[in-house]
Amino acid sequence: MASPLRAEDAALDLTVQAGDGFAGLIPAGGEFRIVDLCGNQAADTLFYDATDLANRYSATDSIREQGAVYLTAGSRLLSQRGEELVTISADTCGRHDTLGGACAQESNVVRYGTHTRHQHACRETFLRYGAAHGIGPRELGHNINFFMNVPLTAAGGLTFADGVSAPGKYVQVRAARDVLVLISNCPQLNNPCNGWDPTPIRLLGWW
Amino acid sequence: MSLLEHEIAAAAAWTLPLAAGRELRLTAQGDGANCSVLLFAARDRLDRLNIPDTLKAQMSACIRPPMVLMSDRGTALASVTASTLDWHDCLTGHSLDHHVAAFGTSTYAGDRNDWRRSARHGLLAELHKHGLQAVDLHACVNFFSKVAVAQDERGSLEFVPRHAVAGDWVSLRAEQDLLVICSTAPHPMDPAWAPAPVRAVVTAVPPWDSDDPSVTFRAESARALAAARGVFA
Repeated sequence: MASPLRAEDAALDLTVQAGDGFAGLIPAGGEFRIVDLCGNQAADTLFYDATDLANRYSATDSIREQGAVYLTAGSRLLSQRGEELVTISADTCGRHDTLGGACAQESNVVRYGTHTRHQHACRETFLRYGAAHGIGPRELGHNINFFMNVPLTAAGGLTFADGVSAPGKYVQVRAARDVLVLISNCPQLNNPCNGWDPTPIRLLGWW
Repeated sequence: MSLLEHEIAAAAAWTLPLAAGRELRLTAQGDGANCSVLLFAARDRLDRLNIPDTLKAQMSACIRPPMVLMSDRGTALASVTASTLDWHDCLTGHSLDHHVAAFGTSTYAGDRNDWRRSARHGLLAELHKHGLQAVDLHACVNFFSKVAVAQDERGSLEFVPRHAVAGDWVSLRAEQDLLVICSTAPHPMDPAWAPAPVRAVVTAVPPWDSDDPSVTFRAESARALAAARGVFA
């Protein structure tokens, strides 16, 4: 589902380089778009009630209440109190993961070995950009991986598949209240979540 | 020889500080039991259970033996050493007040200690007792519950009623000192309010060695276990 909003009318328009991040306010009613400029790029994203950081995005509450694992247009992204933070208002990609979480230096060691201990990771970006807004490790919940494809099997397995995204695909949310968005443009080099080559994303906002 | 035995009442909440090298066995005392569990490293409660990391490191969408439950910092908190069930839900969270309200109004004044409280109510009460807050909530494991994932485009979720029956159990071996916080409120997708008690028994067990099923399960599991031994290098 596409959106009629045009980039030339956006109040916010910036590019986040591979491995960089972003934190900013989406005012209530505002529309916020993430564009996968080059395709197959995971945009690790967290949402917070701007007035109460404990009222943060909850993957488990969001998927339970919509009765489905994958996020797509119409998905209401809920807080851990069950309150709506944003709704996905447009999506040209099709579906997005919220079970795979973010990469961290420490979890990279678990997954790939000690040689990855000092590689850049999403959790570093979350903490760096979150700090100015009072977001520390306690405030980091389980994020959304926009543009990432993590199919589940009926037998209870989980796999990382090649991306369903492509250059120019985007996802857009509408804020149900004043929302703080925190993004890590994933730097992961050890699996196909970024097509083995992290690339930039573009952020657009209308409010 | 058990070190501790306790029956967690139906739809109640409880906290167990569990030392490394102890095993906690949870046993359903009724059909359709659920036990929503949060885990924190007692040494540093900033380090807590991370379900996404646990799943992707072990390529699973549920909790089952011999998986290792991993923390934000890539350490093993506990190993699921054995269970009569091969699926424990970890995707759909604990119940909130509005799930419980759907069964009608219930107050202490009217129902005394049978009043219906959500898992969130109980988990927050236990977190507060230990100086923790709502911000410390994280994705829980719903032991004894199963939510099946359909192979459709949406990945539709379907709650499996009475996945567990009385007598089903699961054992967790603490790989470091833990704070285990749990609620026996029904699963949030359970259409019935039929909570069951859960019996907790703690015993001392030997530490893992190189032949341990959780060590040999996957290289990722072994690395998380090794990291747990190195938290105070």
